[in-house]
Amino acid sequence: MSALAVDNVSHGFGAQQVLSRVNLSVEPGSFTVLLGPNGAGKTTLISLVTGLYNARHGDIRIFGHSIRRDPLPALASLGVVFQMPTLDLDMSVEQNMTYHGSLHGLSPRETRERAGVELGRLGVGDRRSDKVRALSGGLRRRVEIARALLHQPKFLIVDEATAGLDVAGRQLLLDHVRSLCRAGLSVLWATHMLDEIDASDQLVVLHQGKVRWTGQARAIASDRTLEAAFLDLTGGAS
Amino acid sequence: MKTRYALRALMGIMRREMLRFVGQQGRFAAAIVRPLVWLGIFAVGFRSVLGLSIIPPYESYILYEVYIVPGLVGMMLLFHGMQNSLSMVYDREMGSMRVLLTAPLPRWWLLGARLLASTATVLPIVYLFLLLARFWEVRPPALGYGAVLPALILAGLMLGAFGLALSTLIRQLENFAGVMNFVIFPMFFASAALYPLWRLDEVSPTLAMIAWINPFSHAVELIRFALYLQFEPVAFGVCVLALAVFFSLAVWGYDPGRGFWARRGANNSA
Repeated sequence: MSALAVDNVSHGFGAQQVLSRVNLSVEPGSFTVLLGPNGAGKTTLISLVTGLYNARHGDIRIFGHSIRRDPLPALASLGVVFQMPTLDLDMSVEQNMTYHGSLHGLSPRETRERAGVELGRLGVGDRRSDKVRALSGGLRRRVEIARALLHQPKFLIVDEATAGLDVAGRQLLLDHVRSLCRAGLSVLWATHMLDEIDASDQLVVLHQGKVRWTGQARAIASDRTLEAAFLDLTGGAS
Repeated sequence: MKTRYALRALMGIMRREMLRFVGQQGRFAAAIVRPLVWLGIFAVGFRSVLGLSIIPPYESYILYEVYIVPGLVGMMLLFHGMQNSLSMVYDREMGSMRVLLTAPLPRWWLLGARLLASTATVLPIVYLFLLLARFWEVRPPALGYGAVLPALILAGLMLGAFGLALSTLIRQLENFAGVMNFVIFPMFFASAALYPLWRLDEVSPTLAMIAWINPFSHAVELIRFALYLQFEPVAFGVCVLALAVFFSLAVWGYDPGRGFWARRGANNSA
């Protein structure tokens, strides 16, 4: 059973069509990159997958549970890092974690233990008492990743989480999520950065609301660079 | 939905609201200073202008300050409900609303928990105001302070649900000033908060009718009667009905398939 199955999904706002007949799947334990230029529809697709609003057409299933008809088990197996920062700036890291843990049914004691593990793995265990406002952008992102993993989801969605980070910060996040993926976590990684893609990744290229290419990343760039293939698919958009 | 899980979420949402409210010292101070200004300046100034006859639930002639205190408590709940509405819009624009709405719990529960949390945070301030009002000779019976609690909770939930429903209509934070001018002030002034309806009826029967159908008037009357150990069934009924209507509208507004989430673009909503 796929971690994520997006089946013929179309969506729009008013007269504006944002997604047209999108099909994609994320297999258990795979690292799937959703690649698209700005405005391709990645964030809208992730909003639909996370059940923020329903798609006008088509169906989305997470581990077999339809996000429209059976949203609670679907959401329970999901961890999300949104493109937009979503931490409460005037609360401490610990308080943000406790809030998230409570929303996912963890007791305060379980949350403390899990937060210790996840924050420690990302090197921010010693900042638990600090207000989020006092953290740099890179550290905030690490906290958001740790928070998304707090309830031990089977499927992690990361929406352009590395935007605005320096090279070292980006690499740290990417390496961490890849290591989790090797341990069995399914990952959907939305980005417009070509250097975040590995040849063995599953790749879905989204442009102007349509899936332009899907398959293993090494296949798209077999006879040319990934950049050239991407520009070809997106008509030069970046 | 497992009960223990749902209660954990409720407690988590309550804790967050408390932390945020206490952390916003300006809002905290404004919440207590605003009604004191009305009581200490407006009410004292109007004492000589507005004569009041004996009206239920009062058993004798009363000072204007005594009359206005339940209205000011209503105002505190109304402003707090609107602040909650504002913070919903803020959370939406800042992104933290996504964290709440992707929790694996029904949205009506999440919104209800948020509403309960918002009401719970304002109650200590209301009691502080009622205690301070004793310096202005506003001294309801001691048991009234206990009897008013259910009325405060119901009125707070109703006005909070009104704010919640309103938050689904506000597209951006900047539009909140419009809400203040076109919703809060008319709701407050066209009510029984500052003057009894019979006085209003003498001057303008139309305005009195508007004030009578204004749910805020009934919230104030429910509090006024409860504070003096009486139950006002009409006010209670209207508050319960209004709570049901406003909360249903809020749940509809936040529904993933129907409300404004489905109509709004992903880029301008969080």
